Amino acid sequence: MTKAKKAGGTNRLAMVLLILGLSTIVFPLYMTVVIAFKQPSEMTNSISGILSLPGSWSLDNFREAMRVTDFWHSLGNSLLITLLTVALSLVLHSLMGYALGRNKRESKFYSFVYLFIVSGMFVPFAILMMPLAKQTAEMGLANWMGVILLYVVFYMPMNVLLYSGYLVNIPLALEEAARVDGASTWRTYWKIIFPIMRPMHATVAVLTALSVWNDVMTPLVILAGSGKNTLPLAQLNFQSQFGTNYNLAFASYLLSLIPILIFYVICQKQILNGVVNGAVK
Amino acid sequence: MKNERKRTFLLITLPILALFICFNTVPLIRGVIYSFTNFKGFGSYDWVGFRNYIDLFSDARVGKSYLFTFKLAIVTTIVVNIISLVLALALNSKIRAKSFFRGAYFLPNILGALVVGYIFNYFFTYILPALAAMAGVDSLSTSILSDPDTAWLGIMAVCAWQAVAMNTIIYISGLQTVPEDVYEAGDLDGATGFKKFRHLTFPLIVPFFSINMVLCVKNFLMVFDQIMALTKGGPAQSTESISYLIYNNGMSGGQFGFQSANAVIFFIVIVMVSVAQMKFTGKKEEQL
Repeated sequence: MTKAKKAGGTNRLAMVLLILGLSTIVFPLYMTVVIAFKQPSEMTNSISGILSLPGSWSLDNFREAMRVTDFWHSLGNSLLITLLTVALSLVLHSLMGYALGRNKRESKFYSFVYLFIVSGMFVPFAILMMPLAKQTAEMGLANWMGVILLYVVFYMPMNVLLYSGYLVNIPLALEEAARVDGASTWRTYWKIIFPIMRPMHATVAVLTALSVWNDVMTPLVILAGSGKNTLPLAQLNFQSQFGTNYNLAFASYLLSLIPILIFYVICQKQILNGVVNGAVK
Repeated sequence: MKNERKRTFLLITLPILALFICFNTVPLIRGVIYSFTNFKGFGSYDWVGFRNYIDLFSDARVGKSYLFTFKLAIVTTIVVNIISLVLALALNSKIRAKSFFRGAYFLPNILGALVVGYIFNYFFTYILPALAAMAGVDSLSTSILSDPDTAWLGIMAVCAWQAVAMNTIIYISGLQTVPEDVYEAGDLDGATGFKKFRHLTFPLIVPFFSINMVLCVKNFLMVFDQIMALTKGGPAQSTESISYLIYNNGMSGGQFGFQSANAVIFFIVIVMVSVAQMKFTGKKEEQL
């Protein structure tokens, strides 16, 4: 009896719980939006003054926030760094995952290199940051190119692990057939293996893009004093300039969240899949 | 033919390995070397042997940061896993608008931790005290972030807000691997409610529980952005995480050498915690 009821209807208790729980996610976002659109004069000391809807939906705060934080340049830097890191990761990490994955069983050298790189996952950024700040400055890489190179190295352990794990499912026979036809290993990789690894490319792209886009520490340490900002770094560097004008500050926060929100709305399914694959593998 | 394959693999591996060594291994070794010096970050420096390491263990501020970081990591991990499990069970049950709820509950995870921290900073400073005043709760009439005893709770809440999203979706993918007939068999045996969860569902999703534990502890031990946005280590240095202390005093506080030693110890701690967790959870999975 109870089972039949469950199979038919919805689970009421779960629905109530989920709707109540949703308020913990909606409330901070609602607060961000209404404060971002208000004028300081509308922010009376009472809670209703802060949380009521704004008198008019003016974009002035956003215009001012863009000017103060040099929004478009920061956005450009963030996009450039994220896109190039993802592109380089897909090429270099998949190649490395292929070379190591195909050889680590037979060759001591490759299995050592594999373990060496994958164990890089345990190295916290805290121990690298001071030497890296020095090293990138010495090498003339205290700029966006340096940041990209560092990301390619930081995400290599995770991504190589993912790619070489995925490779186990791809039969060697595919490559051997191509070899019999006279194709070189390099050509075989790009014509056959790289396209086959497409599901893993999606996972790697999503994981790498999300981590890079939201990262604060690397640009903070490497780009300090260069006058260049990524979106999160701009929030950190201009925080003091907002003073007590919280409306301006929140307009700026909202601006910095909008690109990733758009990305999430468009690619929600790929992002959820990517995150699960990356964690469970 | 065989040689061509070998050469290609070597030509792929060596340059990428060189890049990895240049920006991971070399700075790691340099960090270890700096930890034996009194380097300030500029100028000349001398070797001081194990001085930094000895000082580290008698430094109250460093000790406090380790206590704070571990307290935060352990409590947040427990809180996050309980909430995520409940949410995952709810999201995996028969509900309406399933994909909408799943999408909405994952949202906090994609937002940048720094900006999320700033938003919650305002919430804790202005909204929460006002709400508490309305409800007549005196203990919350000032910002929890300005009290050394409660500031860590604010940081925990923000860390949890984002981590719950991640752990929930991992638990959901775990619950989806539990076959329907396990429940049917359980129904025949009269298993219901919590008993069903404890004896049927949970043992089957233990691997996902392990993933979440490892993910949580490692991420929370390295907490940085939330500290930067919420408290900057204050009040009274009560919320200085290890990463924050290394950054703050090492990069601009003239303690480059000393904080390098701190970073080396931190690295060893992370490795030990990760290895211990993997051994522990590995054993648990075997038993089941």
